[in-house]
Amino acid sequence: MLRVENLSTGYNSIRVLKQISLTVSEGEIVTLIGSNGVGKTTTLRTISGLLRPTEGSIHFCNKDISHVPPHKIVELGISHVPEGRNIFPRLSVRENLEIGAYTRKDRLEIKKDFKKVMEIFPQLAKRQKQTAGTLSGGEQQMLAIGRALMSRPRLLLLDEPSMGLAPLVVLGIFEIIKEVNRQGTTILLVEQNAQIALRTAHRGYVMETGRIILDDSAEALLQNDQVRKAYLGE
Amino acid sequence: MNVYYLQLLILIGINIIMASSLNLVIGYTGQLSLGHAAFMSLGAYTSALATLRLGLPFGAALLIGAVVAALFGIVIGLPTLQLKGDYLAIATLGFGEIVRIVFLNLDITGGAVGLRGIPKETDFLWVICLVLITGFALNRIIHSRVGRALLAIREDETAAESMGINSTYYKTLCFGVGAFFAGIGGGLFAHWFRYIHPNTFGFLNSIEYLCMVVLGGLGNMWGAVIGAGLLTIIPELLRQIADLRLLIYGIVLIIMMRVRPQGILGQSQGKSTHTLSRYYKQILGKIKNR
Ligand SMILES: Nc1ncnc2c1ncn2[C@@H]1O[C@H](COP(=O)(O)OP(=O)(O)OP(=O)(O)O)[C@@H](O)[C@H]1O
Ligand SMILES: [Mg+2]
Repeated sequence: MLRVENLSTGYNSIRVLKQISLTVSEGEIVTLIGSNGVGKTTTLRTISGLLRPTEGSIHFCNKDISHVPPHKIVELGISHVPEGRNIFPRLSVRENLEIGAYTRKDRLEIKKDFKKVMEIFPQLAKRQKQTAGTLSGGEQQMLAIGRALMSRPRLLLLDEPSMGLAPLVVLGIFEIIKEVNRQGTTILLVEQNAQIALRTAHRGYVMETGRIILDDSAEALLQNDQVRKAYLGE
Repeated sequence: MNVYYLQLLILIGINIIMASSLNLVIGYTGQLSLGHAAFMSLGAYTSALATLRLGLPFGAALLIGAVVAALFGIVIGLPTLQLKGDYLAIATLGFGEIVRIVFLNLDITGGAVGLRGIPKETDFLWVICLVLITGFALNRIIHSRVGRALLAIREDETAAESMGINSTYYKTLCFGVGAFFAGIGGGLFAHWFRYIHPNTFGFLNSIEYLCMVVLGGLGNMWGAVIGAGLLTIIPELLRQIADLRLLIYGIVLIIMMRVRPQGILGQSQGKSTHTLSRYYKQILGKIKNR
């Protein structure tokens, strides 16, 4: 479904990604783990069109999207939940979700998806009129995911959904991620919390300073000595 | 009606048009433009030349002035709106000065002498109708899909793009619409005072409109109306100290910043005051630098 080949990007002249390749197949949860500053966020930003690749290609459903602008990429079916969530703070929960469906015109279907998001996140259902900036961190993360789902993506890019959340809340969010995947959305998940990411995902890639150094099934990576030492703190 | 009060009412009306159109750009879309008076001058000069030289009817002249202002808004907006915050403010400020200097040096606009003998076409009815039309149109835009997109861009441009909103398109569109109504304001102004000069539409006038929006409350329709009303009436009441007008603006802004940073009717939300105080700082910094 998603095929990234020999992708390089950077900021100004600093090269951050060095020829990375990865694939995500329909129905999978694939995780990309690695420590601070190795380029995980940069990878997602490049896939969703916010950054231009300097080298390599990105194919989505056999279409080359390496130079497609971000608003078109959403229309193609990729939705990005950015690091730090980036909800619209002064708009209400409902308005945030409505903007999530911005590219769509099918009102009835949008309504259905709205209901569905409310079912997935009952906490948000109670707070539809609340301004998003006043939600708790966990609720904001839920809103960010809900907003991304409103575009009915085929591929969901999640950037560190665990960031800044209490362990229990993180567990809740990851249960929801699994549920969203069961309902048919393919997921590429970026995480620093390797433990929970690998227990949620089917497959994983390990990134170090702009390169992918390992890729395997999630179970295999959980057993891998290198991963256990570096990322699972064992 | 007493001529003095009529004039005051007409000025208030024009300023409402100016402030509410600027509010679309700054308050709803979050783009700090310091060149609103330049769009007004484009509308003023174009419509004045249309009635004066071409003998066109007033309504047509107003429309042409507004369209020309809007076209400039789009042409200027396309490159400058890629800039953010301070840089956008400086670019629009520069644009305003360029327009002023061009008008100062063009023969057809009367150069430094200004343009005289413009027919008196503006009256209370025209102003009230156009205020209503402007308010109605802006209200429709704000509560439409487009308005949603503008709000999203104001809140977080990158996130808006990730939601499928083409931010360049919408920012340029909003800039064009803002300039359109500023052009109408200019046309009304020119055909009321019958004399226009490039310096009537300088940087400080742009700042005045900005003050109206900020005072009334960024991103609130009625706020712009109240801001325009207050900042037209207060200086009138203090006529004897007209020279101190800018000082008064400065004081009003500082007091507002301390007491009610979101403006009289603005929405208050933890994070928003942060952006607003940033605006104040920019505005005050620019006034100081003059
Ligand atoms: N806008 C930018 N300009 C310049 N350099 C940047 C920019 N954004 C990120 N970088 C650099 O790119 C590198 C990779 O950053 P990136 O955000 O992709 O890391 P990450 O893997 O997501 O890290 P984290 O886990 O801390 O979020 C870092 O060295 C960072 O300093
Ligand atoms: Mg990151």
